[in-house]
Amino acid sequence: MAFINLNNVTYKYPLTKTPALQNINLQVNEGEFVAIVGPNGAGKSTLCYTLAGFVPHFFKGEISGTVEVAGMDSSKSTLDEWVLNVGLAFQNPFNQISGAKYTVFEEIAFGLENTGVPRNEMKPRVEEAMKLTDISNLADRSPYSLSGGQQQRVALTSILVMRPKLLVLDEPTSQMDPIGTREVFGVIRKMAEGGMTVVMVEHKMEWIANFADRVVALKDGQVLMEGKPNEVLTSELLAENGFGVSRYTSTTREAKKQGLWKKENLPVTLDEAVEGFKK
Amino acid sequence: MKIEINDLRFTYPTGLEALQGISLTIESGEQVAIVGQNGAGKTTLVRHFNGLLQPTAGSVLIGDWDTKITSVAKLASRVGYVFQNPDEQLFSKDVGTEVKFGPRNLGYSKDKTDELVKRALTLTELSDKTETNPYDLSPTWRKMVALASVISMDTPIVIFDEPTTGQDALSIARIAHVIAELRREGKTVVTITHDIDFCAENFERVIALSEGRILLDGVAANIFGQDEVLAQTYVDPPQLTRLGKKLGFKETVRNQEEFLTSLRGTSDSE
Repeated sequence: MAFINLNNVTYKYPLTKTPALQNINLQVNEGEFVAIVGPNGAGKSTLCYTLAGFVPHFFKGEISGTVEVAGMDSSKSTLDEWVLNVGLAFQNPFNQISGAKYTVFEEIAFGLENTGVPRNEMKPRVEEAMKLTDISNLADRSPYSLSGGQQQRVALTSILVMRPKLLVLDEPTSQMDPIGTREVFGVIRKMAEGGMTVVMVEHKMEWIANFADRVVALKDGQVLMEGKPNEVLTSELLAENGFGVSRYTSTTREAKKQGLWKKENLPVTLDEAVEGFKK
Repeated sequence: MKIEINDLRFTYPTGLEALQGISLTIESGEQVAIVGQNGAGKTTLVRHFNGLLQPTAGSVLIGDWDTKITSVAKLASRVGYVFQNPDEQLFSKDVGTEVKFGPRNLGYSKDKTDELVKRALTLTELSDKTETNPYDLSPTWRKMVALASVISMDTPIVIFDEPTTGQDALSIARIAHVIAELRREGKTVVTITHDIDFCAENFERVIALSEGRILLDGVAANIFGQDEVLAQTYVDPPQLTRLGKKLGFKETVRNQEEFLTSLRGTSDSE
C-alpha cells in the first residue's frame, strides 16, 4: 500500500461555506519527493495540514474520505501519534519558533526533548542536523535575532532533526537567497534518497523540475493535473489556469511561436533549455 | 526624494556588526533593488531609512532630514515601509480602517485621505474586501493589505521588504504593477528581494550586499553579468541571463524581449 493514501478527501474549515479541499485522491510511495504547485488559495497549505494531522485534529471542521499516512488512519489516530511520524515546516517560520528557547541550538533540540530522546543522543543529532543545513555558525544566536531566511533554515532543521518518516514543507525556501534555495533543495533531495518521503509546496518551478519526482497541481481545492515535473510544468492547462512557470518555459513558449524553438516539448530547467536551443 | 547614506555602521546589542561602512546615494525617483544572501544586512540597512534603527556611526539623510535627530513619526511622512511579514504591521479590525490609518495620522484632509485610500485599494485589488478583518484573509491578501496601507500614505519614498515572498504569478504581477505605478508618479522605491527574475524585470539599478558591505552597485545588466561576484553573496543571475550566457550571447540579457532579440541575432548569423 502507498505510504500516503488520500481517498476522496473533502474538507471544510469551521465557519466557512466552501470546502478548502474537494475530492482529493493522492497516493505517494515511500521515499518519493512530490511537489505541490498552485495559485494562492488553491488549498496547498490545507493539504499540508491534512498530511500533518492538523486537519482535522487541530483545526476541527468537517472532513470526509480517508487519510492514511505511514500506516496511521487520521480518523483513528491522535495528533501526538502523528507527530512522531510526520514533520511539518510552516510557511511562516516565525509561527513555528517555540518562543521558549534562548538559542538556536536549544530551539532545534526542542522537539527531541519533548519526545523523550535521551540527552546524550540529542546533542550529536542536533549538531548533525545543523551541519546538514549549514547553520552551525548560528548555534548560539537567539532564534529571534535571525534574518527571515536564516529563521527558515532553523525551522527546517528543527523538523529534520526529528527524522520524520514524512517531511511536509510549506514553501520552505520562500525567504531564502537563491543559492541557499538550491542548496536546501539538494538537502531535501538527499533526505528523499535516504528513504524519507517528502511533500513540498513550492513556487520555484526551476528547482522543482531539477529535484522532485512528481508534481501535483492544485486549483480551487482540487487536483487539476499530476505527473512528471516537465510534463506538468510545461502543460498548456497550467498556463491557461494562471499557474506560474519558469522563465525558461514562458520565454521558450514565445520563441516556439516565432519558430525559434524546434522541439516539441518546452523546457523547465536551464539544462533542458540549453539543449533545445543549441541544436 | 533623495536618500544619502554616509559610511553607515550598525552593531546590534549582541555585538553583531550588521553594517560595516555603507555609503550610498539613491536619487529622487530612482527604483532600486537590494539583493544578497540571508543575513547580509539588507533589512538592517532599510530599517535605517525610517529611523527604526539608528546608526552606530555614520549618517542617513532623507531629503534634508538627518534620521538621527528626526523622530520615526516625522520620518513616516517621507518614508513608507512595507514589512517582510505583514503580520508585524497589521492591527485594525477591517481592511478599510487599516488602509486609512496611515494617511489619517499624517493629517491629510478628509477628501485627500478618501482619495488616497481609494487609489491604494484599487491598485492592490482590495476594493471588495474593505469590511473584512485582515486576519480572515490568506497570507497573500494580507500582504496586499500591508502594501495598500503604506502606499495610501503617499510618501515620496516607499520601501518593500521582500514583497513577492510566497506570492503566486498573478499576485507578483499585481505587485509589479504597483511598483510601475509608483515609478510613474516619481516616487523613490527601494525593494529588497531574493526573486532575481522579478528584480531583472522591474528594476534598473541593483545593489548587492554581502556581510554588511556593498559588493556591487550599478545598472542591472552589468550586475547580472558578474555571476562569480554575485555567487559570493549567494545570488544567481536571472534565469534568462544564465541561459543567454550558456548559449554564448555577447550581451547580458535580462528579460524575454532582450533574450529573443539576441536569439534571433545568433540564428541569423549562422
